[in-house]
Amino acid sequence: MSEHSFVRTEMLPEQAPPATSIGVIGWMRENLFSGWLNSTLTVLSILFIYYVLSGVIPWTFQSVWNAGSLTECREIMNATWGDTHHACWAVIKDRWLQLLYGFYPPYPAYPSATVSTPPPEGWLPSYFRPNLALILLFVALAPVLFGRVPRQLLVVTAAYPFLMPWLLWGGTLWVPVMTAVGFALLFGIAKYGQSTLGALGSIIAAAVVALVWWLFLSGPVAGLFADIIPIRLPVVESRAFGGFMLSILIGVVAIGISLPIGIVLALGRQSDLMIVKTLCVGFIEFIRGVPLITLLFVASVLLNYFMPPGTNFDIIMRVMIMVTLFASAYMAEVIRGGLAALPKGQYEGADSLGLNYWQAQRLIIMPQALKISIPGIVSTFIGVFKDTTLVSIIGLLDPIGLSQSIRANQEWNGIYWELFAFIALLFFICCFGMSRYSMWLERKLQTGHR
Amino acid sequence: MTTYTDPPKESFRLSMLLYDTRYRSMTIQIIALMGFMLLAAWLINNTIQNLAALGKPIQFGFFTDAAGYDINQHLLEYDNQDTHLRASFIGLINTLIVAAMGCVTATIIGVMVGVLRLSRNWLVAKIMTVYVEMFRNIPVLLWIVLSMAILIESLPMPSAFRGEDPAATMKIFDSVALTNRGFYVPEPLFSRSLGDIHLFGQSSLRMDVSLDFLAFLIVLGLSIFAARKVTARAEAIQNATGVRPTTWYINLGIIVIPTMILLIALGFHLGYPELKGFNFSGGIYMRNSLIALWLALSLYTAAFIAEIVRGGILAISHGQTEAAAALGLRQGRIMRLVVLPQALRVIVPPLISQYLNLTKNSSLAIAVGYFDITGTLGGVTMNQTGREMECMLFLMLIYLIISLLISGVMNLYNNRVKLVER
Amino acid sequence: MKKTVFLGALTVAGLTAGVAGAATLDDIKARGKLNCGVTTGLVGFAAPDANGEWQGFDVAVCRAVAAAVLGDASAVEFVPTTGKTRFTALSSGEIDLLARNTTWTLSRDVDLKNEFIGVNYYDGQGFMVSKSLGVSSAKELNGATVCIQTGTTTELNLADFFRANDMEYEPVPIETNAEGQQQYLAGACDTYTTDASGLAATRATFENPTEHVILPEIISKEPLGPLVRHGDQEWGDIVRWTLNALIAAEEFGITSANIQDMASNGTDSPEVNRILGTEGNLGEMLGLEADWAVKAISAGGNYGELFEKHIGENTPVGLARGLNAQWKDGGLLYSPPFR
Repeated sequence: MSEHSFVRTEMLPEQAPPATSIGVIGWMRENLFSGWLNSTLTVLSILFIYYVLSGVIPWTFQSVWNAGSLTECREIMNATWGDTHHACWAVIKDRWLQLLYGFYPPYPAYPSATVSTPPPEGWLPSYFRPNLALILLFVALAPVLFGRVPRQLLVVTAAYPFLMPWLLWGGTLWVPVMTAVGFALLFGIAKYGQSTLGALGSIIAAAVVALVWWLFLSGPVAGLFADIIPIRLPVVESRAFGGFMLSILIGVVAIGISLPIGIVLALGRQSDLMIVKTLCVGFIEFIRGVPLITLLFVASVLLNYFMPPGTNFDIIMRVMIMVTLFASAYMAEVIRGGLAALPKGQYEGADSLGLNYWQAQRLIIMPQALKISIPGIVSTFIGVFKDTTLVSIIGLLDPIGLSQSIRANQEWNGIYWELFAFIALLFFICCFGMSRYSMWLERKLQTGHR
Repeated sequence: MTTYTDPPKESFRLSMLLYDTRYRSMTIQIIALMGFMLLAAWLINNTIQNLAALGKPIQFGFFTDAAGYDINQHLLEYDNQDTHLRASFIGLINTLIVAAMGCVTATIIGVMVGVLRLSRNWLVAKIMTVYVEMFRNIPVLLWIVLSMAILIESLPMPSAFRGEDPAATMKIFDSVALTNRGFYVPEPLFSRSLGDIHLFGQSSLRMDVSLDFLAFLIVLGLSIFAARKVTARAEAIQNATGVRPTTWYINLGIIVIPTMILLIALGFHLGYPELKGFNFSGGIYMRNSLIALWLALSLYTAAFIAEIVRGGILAISHGQTEAAAALGLRQGRIMRLVVLPQALRVIVPPLISQYLNLTKNSSLAIAVGYFDITGTLGGVTMNQTGREMECMLFLMLIYLIISLLISGVMNLYNNRVKLVER
Repeated sequence: MKKTVFLGALTVAGLTAGVAGAATLDDIKARGKLNCGVTTGLVGFAAPDANGEWQGFDVAVCRAVAAAVLGDASAVEFVPTTGKTRFTALSSGEIDLLARNTTWTLSRDVDLKNEFIGVNYYDGQGFMVSKSLGVSSAKELNGATVCIQTGTTTELNLADFFRANDMEYEPVPIETNAEGQQQYLAGACDTYTTDASGLAATRATFENPTEHVILPEIISKEPLGPLVRHGDQEWGDIVRWTLNALIAAEEFGITSANIQDMASNGTDSPEVNRILGTEGNLGEMLGLEADWAVKAISAGGNYGELFEKHIGENTPVGLARGLNAQWKDGGLLYSPPFR
């Protein structure tokens, strides 16, 4: 005889969870106050956040935007709030063009014209040139960086190395075009001359023809074309470059050029050829062993001694060379990582297909290794981009260098935080954006390999 | 019937250098070597020509001339009549000081932040994320300049400590003064000191080593060695009987008592900083250039280390933590006994390169006027003597040696903790 | 490899032949621009304004030389140099002329192979202290913390001064004037030392200049002047006599206002006529046009005008002429005769 007189025949309806474990309260209990240690941490964090924000927010937002000098700023602050603990953003308003473009002349054809006093013909300020170069950079990079972009854009990618210098430095369009023609000759002869000249012959012929073209012919031909169809931009000297434009330019040029050098160095380091390997390892370890600032000192004080007497690069060119060398050593390590990450089967597969070393590299190894290395390349780029601030130490006017010369000016002498905040913000936006991109890419690549 | 013919006689043709794989690699290497040597010869020739034209042939004689400038932070004795070589050596020591201090603090902060980023407390994790992103994405030079500015602007100047009712007071029982010129902390003094030993005579590398300090280190080392022996014995007993004897108080006694006796014997006391004239005197003076550099470098590098640590912890498979939890270990112990030891293997190699980066970034000392080797040898000395070539070569060589040493030592460690697979 | 070769080609295009030691003048004429090294920024002496135009007393020397050589005061490329890079920039041929308040010393002249061509500002190293410190003489600075710019003669002078007076000090090295100012104002150093002109210029920009005093001791002689490379005497002569022309112009009352008039109508003074090129062939001797000095002086005015405009008593820098007055007025400015 069962003592149970009642047995439930149907399930009870689900009860709502207790109010303390759902919604905002539940989330807070779970994530902020789960235990005394956590609660203490939370309270401390809130106090910390309050402390920081209560200092920063009034300073940032109770600020002066319209003033001609720091003294004027201070007067306005004293009149409005009774103290001077407020940001004087007027300096940014006054100098933002300089912080972005350095001394890039707004109207290179009219040296005396300024942004506020444009020349009569209603020219567009030449700032569009660096801007356009930057936009084109993204267009050129798009097919490489994002998968879903039409492949036709690769034309821009190929043209970009010739277009960018023309946009920034100006001069006649025919010089970069003729330089590009040299490359066309180089590749054309190397590729189609093989049947008649043989592999080695065609390469040697291509190199000779291209060199002759660049050294002796391209100049006069470009001049000839320039006379017939004069397409030219006013020339801007690289000394006028400065501000963020300079940082980006040095970063982009260094990464762009260091990529091929880095590939060669990485292959050299991986190769079985003892001497080649030693040279590559020596170079990479040397560059990675010394601080960038010493390399920049070399650029500023020594590089001219290494050149034949009488030659003289301008300082920006020299800095670009040294930063490029610096970046190539790091790039080589990134690519070596990519090469090492490839499964051995890929190398063996390439060998078993009967491909020779270069064919295997070009068709099998490099495409995969480079793809794996893109996040590493992006972080190298972020590193180099941040390191471009060091050029201020050798007297170039990058944003930090400019902030010093702005401070040396009568009106803005004594201003610090505003300039630093602005520079830090711009760097943060650029670098943060890039690092997010590289993370996104890493995730994408990861799923591709599983 | 097949007739075996001799293989064709190996006659060497010039084209074989290129087309025969046996010789091709040799050819390529020799060409590369020749190219490299030509390039080097060209550069060296240019340099010699240029320097000769300027009338400054390479010579290192100026290193023995009097430097003529003062270095504010010098651990070893130095005055402005010492040689340039001595000044460089003082600079080198300053570089090593800031690099060592930076590496230690960066590691501590980095590990803490890395672990806290994985905290279950949402707010703490977010704050740590903001910290990491802020420091990683803003150039280190800016951080150095900023932290210097913050120190200068936010701390009181020494004169604020003066007077009947001073605007600022010393912290921690009147022993530490935080001023905008730097921090003054008490220094250890010995009333019955053993004195110093002078090493390297009168050369530029001469240094005084305090015997008191040396004795302290020796006694401490011996005590720790003895304490280890006790622990090892306890381990053996535990293995044999399953019961671990309590040893912590023995260990503590072994470590503390001999050092205490030594300190008392030497007459140990603290020298407190006090305000004299324009500045504080007495105590250890950590200049704000050192502090700013140290702070900025450690915070900046810590952000990278935090990411490395986080990555290392995440790389440990979930099964490990779950298994540890199943064994009944608490959260902290799981981290300390199971996760971190395994994560270390993933963490150490990138950590090495962060230490290297920190050491190299310490060359930015020049931005806050800290006299490191770049500031002395590559700065004032180069500038006063006009010997760029010699100074830069020497400077790069020193950095290269430091870098190679650090990576060498770290690689040794790396090999030791490497997973030995069976 | 694309970019490598192309940029290589581009650098070849950017190569400028600047053979050290020979024919700087021809190079400048071929280039159409004078490359002039200046500081990265010192109030009153050289600093870029909002339009990127360089302004200042040192800058004016560059402009005058450019006007004399090329006939265009704006045909100058200003190269900001630091204390460290300035001499190499000159010796490597990157700049033709360094006008960066550089002290003329024997070792710089002889050992560093430079050629100082004169003095455009007679200066001396001084100390600035806050009034509240209650110090009235540099001799009372025993134990003080001193802010000092590195890479200059001032740090050697400072070491000598304190050693000679048997005093202790704590140097705080700084890279730029702006940094020194920040540290000094925040009280991170008791005193800031640099050239007295620099001190005055810095003090002028303070929120409360009257709270700071410049101590009476001047501990060194700092003749600041433009310099050129060793080995090109002709170019050195041109710069030297351009500077002398500016100084002489003040002595003889030639100003940017009356110079055109004087040049076209002639004057009674033979020396003025020789300077203006209406008499004699001084320009030809220098390898320049006859009216080189007219152009140089019209570029910004004579020495006195430049001084008043950039660093004189009516500017925020507010420097008195002092040693930099004409020799007739008790100063040291003394141009050799134009003959």
